[in-house]
Amino acid sequence: MGWIGESIESVKSMKIRDSLFQFITLGMIVSSALIIWKGLMCITGSESPVVVVLSESMEPGFQRGDILFLQMSKDPIRTGEIVVFNIQGRDIPIVHRVIEVHEQRQSGEVRILTKGDNNDVDDRMLYAQGQFWLKQEHIMGRAVGFLPYVGWATIIMTEKPIIKYILIGALGLLVITSKD
Amino acid sequence: MHSFGYRANALLTFAVTILALMCTIGSLSDNLNTPSPSAQIEILNINWFQKQPHGNDEVSLTLNITADLQSLFTWNTKQLFIFVAAEYETPKNALNQVSLWDAIIPAKEFAKFSIHTSNKYRFIDQGHSLRGKEFNLTLHWHVMPKTGKMFANKIVMSGYRLPEDYR
Repeated sequence: MGWIGESIESVKSMKIRDSLFQFITLGMIVSSALIIWKGLMCITGSESPVVVVLSESMEPGFQRGDILFLQMSKDPIRTGEIVVFNIQGRDIPIVHRVIEVHEQRQSGEVRILTKGDNNDVDDRMLYAQGQFWLKQEHIMGRAVGFLPYVGWATIIMTEKPIIKYILIGALGLLVITSKD
Repeated sequence: MHSFGYRANALLTFAVTILALMCTIGSLSDNLNTPSPSAQIEILNINWFQKQPHGNDEVSLTLNITADLQSLFTWNTKQLFIFVAAEYETPKNALNQVSLWDAIIPAKEFAKFSIHTSNKYRFIDQGHSLRGKEFNLTLHWHVMPKTGKMFANKIVMSGYRLPEDYR
């Protein structure tokens, strides 16, 4: 209780100069997070350098809540690579493995077929109606690195937004009342 | 300065830093392993070989796959994903890669095996140029780590040929 009382006391006794300083500190935290994100985008060349696995279709390799680091290089896509792709009419990108590649001789274009390791059939069912192959433009990146469990924070916050607001509120309060 | 919140924050930051450092070291330690995998694939039989009604060639094979991939496992290995792909050129495509069979190897003791199987995924060409076609069979592996960087490599075996006639 003493901690909360102390905090309220410090809010009351705040001066304009102090509050401006706190505001700038908060701004620094937000902008450095943004810099890291945008920097990752530049380095990896992918629109979303980090994705959270949401489905069970790649088990047991990737589980729900795991984090994947993506890269988008000029190297051509080959079978076996794990790619993240967007399908027209679907909001959520899919992370699956490439099982078939056909590279055309004249145009250099590729036709790609994917499948989830844990699925019994290939992904033609998931593609847009009448779509048999993925093309280069559907691919958002390929997975190069892996970190387990970290994505659970995102999943919880997306499914229970109230936790997100509580967390943001608490952090904001902590920044405003911290004194050193 | 020495409030509860300040100490908790310092402890948490320190713990997360150490954890991140250990994950990085764990992932980097994979580089110390120099694996020496070996594999052999034999085509035992062409089960059937035909042109589909809409014009694409399809072939069914029986394969014998023998491999020793034990040296790929390290302490940071969660599992091995392996697959066999047929690779060939056609007048239309500079490269065709078609997966025929795949498997997940969950632990080192299963990494030395010999399996007799027909192709799990359909071997269909984009067109009808498979007759008499020379192709490679490639064993690919993907090392999926407990944490960190993923590794992939392959062994290419060449000199396979499909029959001149449908059967």
